[in-house]
Amino acid sequence: MDPPPRRDAVTPFLAAKWALSAQVMSTYRIQGATGEWEVVIGLEVHAQIMTQSKLFSGAATAFGAEPNTQVSLVDAAMPGMLPVPNRECIRQAVRTGLAIQAQINKWSRFDRKNYFYADLPQGYQISQLYHPIVGEGAIEVILDDKDPEGSTKTIGIERIHVEQDAGKLMHDQHPTMSYVDLNRSGVALMEIVSRPDMRSPAEAGAYVAKLRQILRYVGSCDGNMDQGSMRADVNVSVRRPGEPFGTRTETKNVNSVRFVMAVVEQEARRQVGVIEDGGAIVQETRLYDPDKNETRSMRSKEDAHDYRYFPDPDLLPLELDDAFVEECRASLPELPDAKRHRYETALGLSAYDAAQLTLEVETYQQFEEMLGAVVKASGKLERDLAKRVANWLLSERAGVLKSIPEGAAHPKNTVEANTALIIAASEGLISGGKAKEIFAAYLTSDIDLAAEIDANKQTSDTGAIEAAIARILADNADKVAEFKGGKEALFGFFVGQTMKAMQGKANPQVVNELLRKALG
Amino acid sequence: MSVDTATVAKIAALARIKLSEGEVAAMVPELNGILAWVEQLGEVDVTGIEPMTAVIENKQRLRADVIGADPLTGGGVRDAVLANAPAAEHGFFGVPKVIE
Repeated sequence: MDPPPRRDAVTPFLAAKWALSAQVMSTYRIQGATGEWEVVIGLEVHAQIMTQSKLFSGAATAFGAEPNTQVSLVDAAMPGMLPVPNRECIRQAVRTGLAIQAQINKWSRFDRKNYFYADLPQGYQISQLYHPIVGEGAIEVILDDKDPEGSTKTIGIERIHVEQDAGKLMHDQHPTMSYVDLNRSGVALMEIVSRPDMRSPAEAGAYVAKLRQILRYVGSCDGNMDQGSMRADVNVSVRRPGEPFGTRTETKNVNSVRFVMAVVEQEARRQVGVIEDGGAIVQETRLYDPDKNETRSMRSKEDAHDYRYFPDPDLLPLELDDAFVEECRASLPELPDAKRHRYETALGLSAYDAAQLTLEVETYQQFEEMLGAVVKASGKLERDLAKRVANWLLSERAGVLKSIPEGAAHPKNTVEANTALIIAASEGLISGGKAKEIFAAYLTSDIDLAAEIDANKQTSDTGAIEAAIARILADNADKVAEFKGGKEALFGFFVGQTMKAMQGKANPQVVNELLRKALG
Repeated sequence: MSVDTATVAKIAALARIKLSEGEVAAMVPELNGILAWVEQLGEVDVTGIEPMTAVIENKQRLRADVIGADPLTGGGVRDAVLANAPAAEHGFFGVPKVIE
């Protein structure tokens, strides 16, 4: 069995959740030649803290600048330079800790992690080994995102510490040299260390996705995995179900949710193969090759684990007062789980819609902005309009945006335009399908939105509709007879003919009612 | 605490400092001398005394998140940063090829 998590720093609430989630046994197994194997996964996620300047210097952090233009003499480790911590980096780490319900350590300290590599000009990374700023917390993941009401699992987080990023090496620019760009050197990272609580590729993927969602809500990291703002070191071991942990390997710098899942699966299969062939797993650092979908050993780092940590004499311990922590707490937005819950209970949305709307920050912001505008314009209640706005965002509008090359970034895809169409549809002026058509036309041509809505208004003018119905019934006396003789399916034909006669602008509900009356 | 030849060789390798066998042998008593001198601190009874982190009672100062607030420790000084590099090319430091 797993060693029980340390409970001293944990609230009764978290402890209770852990106890519950320990009962959810993962059924994911690797089928080996000699039987079944269970996979044990722990993740160390490096998240770049979203700040203007670096952790210990005033150089900029923006992505994609010319090489070595965002490097100060501090980042290049010139003699005599001294680090001064960036308050915002500390603040964002604390806010992140609070968002995962973790213990905040008001006394923490920076240590030097010593190793020699061309991307590390200091010869050590300033990190926090012995006294991290954030202690134990946890996050809850939904195991199947298609089924948000399905089973969940609580994944423990051991700690978050703040540290410096290293520079970047380029090996393909010169036949005998590697090029070094120190722009990233000294950029602030949070290292978020999970407990070895995950048991399948899906759980590992769900954990990274949920963590990314929380970081983006908090605003402490932009979560751009393709730019390297978030990357994971994946620790994997295998064991017979119920037996003690096996020896683990660590696959470094995995930069997408999909790759994290692939690494877990490939590395677990490799380990099972090695063990079943009579070999033993060596605790080592590995690299993932996405092209070959395999991990391989980084032999050159064999010695590197001897980091000879010691407290950094250039930095005093970091002491936070209550006011600092309370400001961090007060500045947190509504977090994903709370928001999803509110969407279901207060707004009456389905679990699926609530999960979809809260997945990305941009989506819920648009949803709330549009819902607010529609409520204000119509005077109706949020609860009565939420489903309509959700449908527009998740299905009708999503379809239109998918069909144009610019997608959601189209300059005319504004809140105002969206709101106008949602209101027109919610008041029955136009149908949902018509709103979609008008929106597509509006984005791709030069039409006036208000005029177009006006021109397509469906009419509930019973006089006009009744006149059209009377004409159609007269012209189709044979079909009327068939209908009355029991051929119910012909009702659709009459609806179609009436809509056609009304040029698609009749309110379908009114047409249905009047037709029933005329044919009844 | 003392170090032997193997430890000195390992520390040198971790720091990428090339030492000949003769230099390692000479370094062993030198480092042991330093360690023995520092170890005198162990003779002081520090029971119940909090470890001291600085000579002057002071709190760690934090700075505002502003780019180049102090020009001496800001970026945009590529020429200065690369000035001492043995091989600076196209704005990069050039180093002997290191590849996994």
